[in-house]
Amino acid sequence: MRVQVTVNGSGREDEVEPRLLLVHYLREVCGLRAANVGCDTTSCGACTVLLDGVSVKSCTVLAVQANGRSVTTAEGLSGVDGQLHPVQKAFRQEHGLQCGFCTPGMVMATVGFLAENPNPTEQEVREGLEGNFCRCTGYHNIVRAVLSAAGEQSVPGGLSAAAEPSGDLSAAGEPSAPGELSAAGER
Amino acid sequence: MSILGTRVLRTEDPKFLTTGGEYTEDLVDDRLAGAAHVLFVRSPVAHARITGIDLDAARATPGVVAVFTAADLTDVDPISPLPGYTAGMTQTLLASDTVRYVGEPVAMVVVEDPYQGEDVLELVGVDYGPLPAVVDPREAARDETLIFPAAGTNTVITYGEELDEHLFDDCDVVVTRTILNQRVAPAPMEGRAAAAVWGEDGRLVAWIPNQGAQGSRATLAKMLGLERDRVRLITPDVGGAFGAKFGADPEHALVAWVARALGRPARWSETRYENLLGMTHGRAQVQTVTIGGSRDGRVLAYRLEVLQDAGAYPRMGAFLPSLTRLMTPGTYEFAKVESIARSVVTNTTPIGAYRGAGRPEATAAVERAMDLFAAEIGMDPAEVRRRNLLAPFAEPHRNGFGALYDSGDFPAALENALEAAGYDELRKEQAERRAHGDVIQLGIGIASYVEITGGGGESGAPNENATIEVHPDGSATILTGASPHGQGHQTAFAMLASEELGIPVEKITLKWGDTDLVPRGGGTGGSRSLQQGGVAVRQASQELLDVARERAADALEADPADLRFDVSRSAFTVAGVAQAAVSLGQLAETERLFVHTVFTAPGATFPFGAHVAVAEVDTETGQAVLRRLVAVDDAGTVLNPLLAEGQRHGGIAQGAAQALLEEVVYDADGNPLTASFADYPFLSATEVPSFELVDMATPTTYNPLGVKGIGEAGSIGATPAVQNAVIDAVAHLGVRHIDMPTSPRSVWRAIVEGSGG
Repeated sequence: MRVQVTVNGSGREDEVEPRLLLVHYLREVCGLRAANVGCDTTSCGACTVLLDGVSVKSCTVLAVQANGRSVTTAEGLSGVDGQLHPVQKAFRQEHGLQCGFCTPGMVMATVGFLAENPNPTEQEVREGLEGNFCRCTGYHNIVRAVLSAAGEQSVPGGLSAAAEPSGDLSAAGEPSAPGELSAAGER
Repeated sequence: MSILGTRVLRTEDPKFLTTGGEYTEDLVDDRLAGAAHVLFVRSPVAHARITGIDLDAARATPGVVAVFTAADLTDVDPISPLPGYTAGMTQTLLASDTVRYVGEPVAMVVVEDPYQGEDVLELVGVDYGPLPAVVDPREAARDETLIFPAAGTNTVITYGEELDEHLFDDCDVVVTRTILNQRVAPAPMEGRAAAAVWGEDGRLVAWIPNQGAQGSRATLAKMLGLERDRVRLITPDVGGAFGAKFGADPEHALVAWVARALGRPARWSETRYENLLGMTHGRAQVQTVTIGGSRDGRVLAYRLEVLQDAGAYPRMGAFLPSLTRLMTPGTYEFAKVESIARSVVTNTTPIGAYRGAGRPEATAAVERAMDLFAAEIGMDPAEVRRRNLLAPFAEPHRNGFGALYDSGDFPAALENALEAAGYDELRKEQAERRAHGDVIQLGIGIASYVEITGGGGESGAPNENATIEVHPDGSATILTGASPHGQGHQTAFAMLASEELGIPVEKITLKWGDTDLVPRGGGTGGSRSLQQGGVAVRQASQELLDVARERAADALEADPADLRFDVSRSAFTVAGVAQAAVSLGQLAETERLFVHTVFTAPGATFPFGAHVAVAEVDTETGQAVLRRLVAVDDAGTVLNPLLAEGQRHGGIAQGAAQALLEEVVYDADGNPLTASFADYPFLSATEVPSFELVDMATPTTYNPLGVKGIGEAGSIGATPAVQNAVIDAVAHLGVRHIDMPTSPRSVWRAIVEGSGG
């Protein structure tokens, strides 16, 4: 079947098998390999991308279902000048990634989540990302990153704000306050 | 200002956040052009004779390149058991006449298009003649059904001597309990994979996600019957490992074998289903603890008996109980301690290393035993621990099993954790809830731990090598035998070199995992990287300055003794002559400027700490929720707090996951019930809170940085702390023990039984 898809802002047209999954279309046909396949059961979210701005698990969408629609992957999130998107920047700033395998999906899920809920609580972040698995971080710094990105968002122009200059490797962030996110009294 | 000890952001991150890592499945390489795809036909039964294989339908299918079975593997030998293991427990790369666990590879289908392979797998007809399956290691230990008749026993290896029947003679109180340290799946987000191609020179190039290319190369070469130098192993980005990507598996060798047989590149990436069946599992111990002492809280004797399930083919898992045994007494000074261990084969997935690998099991046993003892004498578990902890020691302390603890202050770690948690207030709140008969009860769990990191290998004292080269443009490249897969080595090791050489972190590139580039190395595991690999980088940097100083003296026509190295300029200057300077980059212009060195440590280091967990349990449903986790993890000097905290978070989460949720389950016939992420309860973000980390740093004298390993601490401390918290929440209902995972069903059942219901 023939599909017309806008991928990261560029229109393209491809002949695909009807059963081809969107994630394989992106990886094998488009050559965009940031989204990963981490399970067989739509459980892990490593393949999360945006379809018309809404986060979807691309292992559970057929390429033909993306026909006439717009797909954004982690590759398309950063600016043309390579500057990191505020969510990507927050993940780096808060050390919200380690091995990186879940990261593109986690970042895209976060972008989708914050579009729906721009000012989430910690608990809402955890629930919003429940469908995205990470084995490395224990989710601690991912949650911090999402909350931090949400804070950036509320600043005027936040989501389109310039990313940090590359090469700024110093510890810009304030020292962490262990436990400041914990909800000891929450029950 | 020193960069050491600061929160430097990872230089690795921009790639992972944008284009993503380049994992084995992502590889685009000219050498792999036209690769065939390998898929494995896996046994659907736990124990059976293979009575027939019909390949005709698969072979006749268009797009199928080849189908192979064990009968085709005439040029490779079976895998022999490790030295010390029972002879006869051999494994052929593909099952030849018997399958011994669900998921064991039986045949390979090679296809042009992986989408097609999924269809063709079902066309391979294998006839199985069922044999009785042995799933429980306690049953296996009885040797009634032998998994390897040629071995004559299911026991792989035993550790320890005869038990002393008088061990508990002096004790007023003795408690004994059998506890399960259940089987869990490492489940890194990236599963196993391989790509392989043979050069015209007859040399194999293999890409495998691994934890140490040199070790993986050795295992791969052995399976294929090759000399090591006939194999080049390249490590792409690795999507997590947690101990389960050490070495190489039969599938890795088989992909290389296919590439040779077909004369074209071959590749394989496993599905999650394959991963949960085929990658080694972790833990899987049945432990019997016996603890005795006096009613004033003094433990006088402790015994740990371990039965290790090694799975169907004994691998590293059969050895791990020796580490459990080594750490039997943990942080305590017990007058008498003994431990024995036995590893047995079962009709289940083989057991290997998983974050902590033998040490979490030791801590879990003794920390459960301490709580059982405290409950028996009616004393606060914190107080019982206080009365039995080893006093702080500055000189190395040898425990009764030969482990030499390099440094430690276990009482301080415990008190720091209790204070940060607000222990006394928590106990008050718990008492109030109990008095009110609340449905939601509060539990507080404590774990004190000491563990082993950076242990020696077969070759003796632990060591690691590093090479550093400064380039004419002032940048530098480091080669290391360590092997990052998420830890942040590139940033950490660059910090160490930057500190010495004045080269900015972002101008330092770390390379690893290509055996042609780095022929030797111990990889990353056992929390060894920083204390050996990192220290080697520091040492190499310092040695490079020595070389550069001589060259600078020539260049500046000065006495080397008059030269000063100006870190801020990455250049040598001459004392008293402001203009005279030569940078490291300039010194590299005429002749390559590099150093290769090896750092050897006097021995393993022993990080320690204490965790306090706070859990709530719904007494009507049995649902346990982890509310807080306070962690003191003392791993010596901290190089980069950001990275160290990340390691702690991840370990804590995996520990909490084992305590609360995760378990690989087989039915009585050996059928796996948790072979997908829909069934295996992989920890999600809603199931843990944010963690409360408390700083404590007691430097070791074993290396000049004063660092110990931090990679596994979280899983070692958190697992028993969380389990103890859940049990503590319902202790007043007559519950003394609940096996992990503390699922609603287990907790509810314990409440009913505890209440005499």
